[in-house]
Amino acid sequence: MKLNDEEQDILAGKAGPVPQQALRHQIQVGDFFHAADFVPVTQAHIMADTESLGEAGVAWLESLAATREGRRRVRIPTITDPRGTDFAKAAFLGQTKAMLTLEERAIAAFVKLGVMMTDTCINYQTVQPATRNEHVAYGDTGVVIYSNSVCGARSNFEGGPSALAAGITGRTPRYGYHLPAQRRATLRVRVDATPTSLNEWGALGGVIGRLAGNYWAVPVIEGIEGSPGSDALKHFGAAMASFGSTALFHMVGLTPEASRYADVADESLPVQRVGRADFEALQQSYRKDDKVDVVVFSAPQLSLLELRDLAALCEGRRLTIPLLAITSPQLKPDCDRMGFTRSIEEAGGSVLSGMCFYQSYAREISEAKGWKRLATNSAKLVNILGGYGYVPMLASMEACVDAAQNGRLT
Amino acid sequence: MNNNPSNTIYTARHAMGRTVRGTAMVANDGFSARYDLDRIAGVFSRPAHKLAGRSYVGQVLVLDTAKGGVASAWMLREMASRGVIPLAIVFNSVNPILAQGAAFGDVPMLAGFDVDITAAIADGAQVEVDPVKKTVTVLG
Repeated sequence: MKLNDEEQDILAGKAGPVPQQALRHQIQVGDFFHAADFVPVTQAHIMADTESLGEAGVAWLESLAATREGRRRVRIPTITDPRGTDFAKAAFLGQTKAMLTLEERAIAAFVKLGVMMTDTCINYQTVQPATRNEHVAYGDTGVVIYSNSVCGARSNFEGGPSALAAGITGRTPRYGYHLPAQRRATLRVRVDATPTSLNEWGALGGVIGRLAGNYWAVPVIEGIEGSPGSDALKHFGAAMASFGSTALFHMVGLTPEASRYADVADESLPVQRVGRADFEALQQSYRKDDKVDVVVFSAPQLSLLELRDLAALCEGRRLTIPLLAITSPQLKPDCDRMGFTRSIEEAGGSVLSGMCFYQSYAREISEAKGWKRLATNSAKLVNILGGYGYVPMLASMEACVDAAQNGRLT
Repeated sequence: MNNNPSNTIYTARHAMGRTVRGTAMVANDGFSARYDLDRIAGVFSRPAHKLAGRSYVGQVLVLDTAKGGVASAWMLREMASRGVIPLAIVFNSVNPILAQGAAFGDVPMLAGFDVDITAAIADGAQVEVDPVKKTVTVLG
């Protein structure tokens, strides 16, 4: 990679060992992907739940935070993805003291590094969305695909170590979706039926993600009727990223880089048709049982509008199995203030914040609580939780609340 | 190409890490440390994965593509700290997360071939992964 004078100084250790280590890591990744140089970034977003970090990752963060020589703090706004717990609800989740201690150590280290503990995977709804052509270094695949596609920003998937490195150096290797040529569509999808619920949007995203199949494929989607809202595109993108490792899609007439099909793709791309039967089949493929042990709304965290809808569905009900609704720390106070938390919790549900279900020791929670059959309206969550020993089932928010009342998914 | 696979050399476009030799564990399927693995037991745990139930520890994984979320960037190092880690990973196509994770966790990695590498290398073959030369060699 070509380095400017400042980068050569950082690599030589003139800014201290922390920036030097960060830049070395970035050069290793940049060389792997044949990046020509670095691009300055304005924000970084770090996925760093302690289930992923483990003792090794937390000890590494602490070693950075303890460094006295040179500069150790981030130099651009750097925020965090959900943590591995909601401390106020940890006992309810069956989480152990060891898990919480690891979380506390990680948080303390991040604070010393100057990181803002926003603990959200919907920062584009709750903190500050990136804008068109803004180069950023975001973690969380749902954040990246939404920011790239709906906002027109420019980011690769930046895993925790790389996002922290970008926060510390203020730059990232220029490859992948920082390059205009990489943002051209490679897969043309014509949708014959527009989803009508968030679980259907997620299922459609999952179908297209499977068609895309890898990180470098860019779907362009035609045929969507009306104007999907932010929550619909949130579930759509998060599922596509989860099923396909996809980081960017275009939606003709809707997303900013694709006013017209020709803006992002060649006419020669063959058309793949996707209909209602396809996304209903994906949803049905997860219906292994009708009994349900727990209902979870998470992945991504719920917006204020989703919480409002959920509260209305819970109003006056008596739930018989646990129902978890998980949101961001930015929205939880509004959820409390507007009475949504009360409606959900008086029915027997629980509102949690600052975590996300699959990032919070989901396997251990299953063992501690005896939760195996899980209903959710998140296609992303069903895709992930099979590997954690759950039988996850995908249904509408309404059907999930009914299941929380009756113990059965109908 | 597979009639006499010994000493066949495949060259990748992307490479990092140390040279290693080991047994190839091959499947035309994806890879995500979060989605696919029981990282404590060291086995593939997602029921739908083609390697479900098999131990990946010390194996040269030869797979189609990197899948899923960003957690793998942390997880490879954490797995390495406990010795529950593949020896190397070889992909047809890799995403940034697995490359970042390999860099952070010191796991040799190759990606990007002119052939389907999961069809070219037999499950159980002995292979050498040489990131400096960007090659994987079938030894037998």
